[in-house]
Amino acid sequence: MEEKFDVIIVGAGLAGSAAAYRLAQEGLEVVLIERGPYPGAKNLSGGVLYGRVLNDLIPEYWKDAPIERYITNQRVAFITEQAFFNIDFKNQVFSQTPYNAVSVLRGKFDRWLGEKAEEAGAMLVPGIRVDKVLIEDRRAVGVVAGDEDMRADVIIAADGANSFLAQQVGLRGRFETGHLAVGVKELIGLPRETIEERFNLTGDEGVAYGVVGFATRGVAGGGFLYTNKESISVGLVMHLDELIETGVKPAEVIEDFLAHPMVAPLIRGGKLLEYGAHLVPEGGLAMMPRLAMDGMLVTGDAAGLSVNNGFVVRGMDLAIASGVAAAEAVLEAKKKNDFSAQGLSAYQRLMDESFAMKDMRTYAGAPAFMKNDRLYEAYPEMLVSLMTQIYHHDGAPKQHLVPMVMKSIKESKLSLFDLAVDGLKGARSL
Amino acid sequence: MNRMSLPEKLSINKYELDEGHPHIVVNTEVCSAVCKTKACLFVCPAGVYSEQEGKIIADWAGCVECGTCKAACPTEALSWEYPRGGFGVIYRYG
Repeated sequence: MEEKFDVIIVGAGLAGSAAAYRLAQEGLEVVLIERGPYPGAKNLSGGVLYGRVLNDLIPEYWKDAPIERYITNQRVAFITEQAFFNIDFKNQVFSQTPYNAVSVLRGKFDRWLGEKAEEAGAMLVPGIRVDKVLIEDRRAVGVVAGDEDMRADVIIAADGANSFLAQQVGLRGRFETGHLAVGVKELIGLPRETIEERFNLTGDEGVAYGVVGFATRGVAGGGFLYTNKESISVGLVMHLDELIETGVKPAEVIEDFLAHPMVAPLIRGGKLLEYGAHLVPEGGLAMMPRLAMDGMLVTGDAAGLSVNNGFVVRGMDLAIASGVAAAEAVLEAKKKNDFSAQGLSAYQRLMDESFAMKDMRTYAGAPAFMKNDRLYEAYPEMLVSLMTQIYHHDGAPKQHLVPMVMKSIKESKLSLFDLAVDGLKGARSL
Repeated sequence: MNRMSLPEKLSINKYELDEGHPHIVVNTEVCSAVCKTKACLFVCPAGVYSEQEGKIIADWAGCVECGTCKAACPTEALSWEYPRGGFGVIYRYG
């Protein structure tokens, strides 16, 4: 008779390890299976973590966890080929604990959370790829890895954006390319002092840039640049459907982004430490799979949990929230000894009640709003045209602001109607 | 920063190569017969795919396992799975 566990969790990312931690705390027998040699070895984020939800799970996590910097400065940059226009926001409130947001590197951070789950009593099994979910009578009863079967009352799929497991069991179908984005990132090493001087930071303060415009060559998406302790994470996220339509190559445009006049001076003298890429489930509410079936729950990226409203890109906090909610649902199911979809229905309910699903609903219109070429070309050009008119003195007589604005609108091939429509749509969906 | 080529960038990454076990197999007959976009050739952030004598070749050793190619392939010509446990790209930072 083979051994049977309470729960098998596939994937030791943030959702999987959060679920494992919570379940092990309550004394359940939990196996946490990770295909990488250690948790985090396959994971890549921008990555800014809005950490409040982790602080609820592991109070004062930042004292122990390998966080890079706490984000005090939030910047939005609109860029054209030659110019950039930054909005820089700093609030000392962001320096207070529990930090609003921290930069993390997943290879270290996920490893730490996996270890926390292990300390709590979960059995972490790295270096094993789960090939499929074991189904009997339309019910998930275990997993298959190589020629080995493992059984449990509940399987939690925390297997990432590609979630082959959710697809195998039919909780989701084939992806639509319009629901996916490709994230590509370079990690650039620089001395700590250089980063602090270059970005005007004191101690462990950090900056997060969101970049809109030329970087993505008109493809929906954006750039990012986040400071770590001794490195800078810089990259692009671009919608897959538009990459396919336009033939824009992520590997080439990131190289141009690094050479852009806004980015180049910030990374000057740096040394590439790592190059990576990851799929991002950007479709929002419209791409979410069913979250539960008999004996199985889906969490994190595998559940399509991410929010991108142009200013803030989130996924890790939603992943942790879903991992915790899945764990709580398993605990409820365990009391009733009912692990059917009905018995596990607390998962959907807890998610609906949490900020995670509320935010997914609030920003349900954001993915459609982001698919607007004007955001990436005309608007950055308009801003740059206006700022150039204000500051550029070429001997021509100056005009008042209103005619300058009208000129910049015209030059960027925008109409007042576009502005009104986009303004209204933006106000509603962001 | 000095400009670097994609192969140079990938050479900085850590990989545990599973020799003799490719995790990507291209059904080139399907590609040639059906596919017009050949999106794998340009969307892959690691430049895994190239076309040689009309056939799509996957240089899978440099794959960073994002899954973009599989999602972009319109023909299901790509058999793409994760490398066996412990193998493939190993992010030290991520």
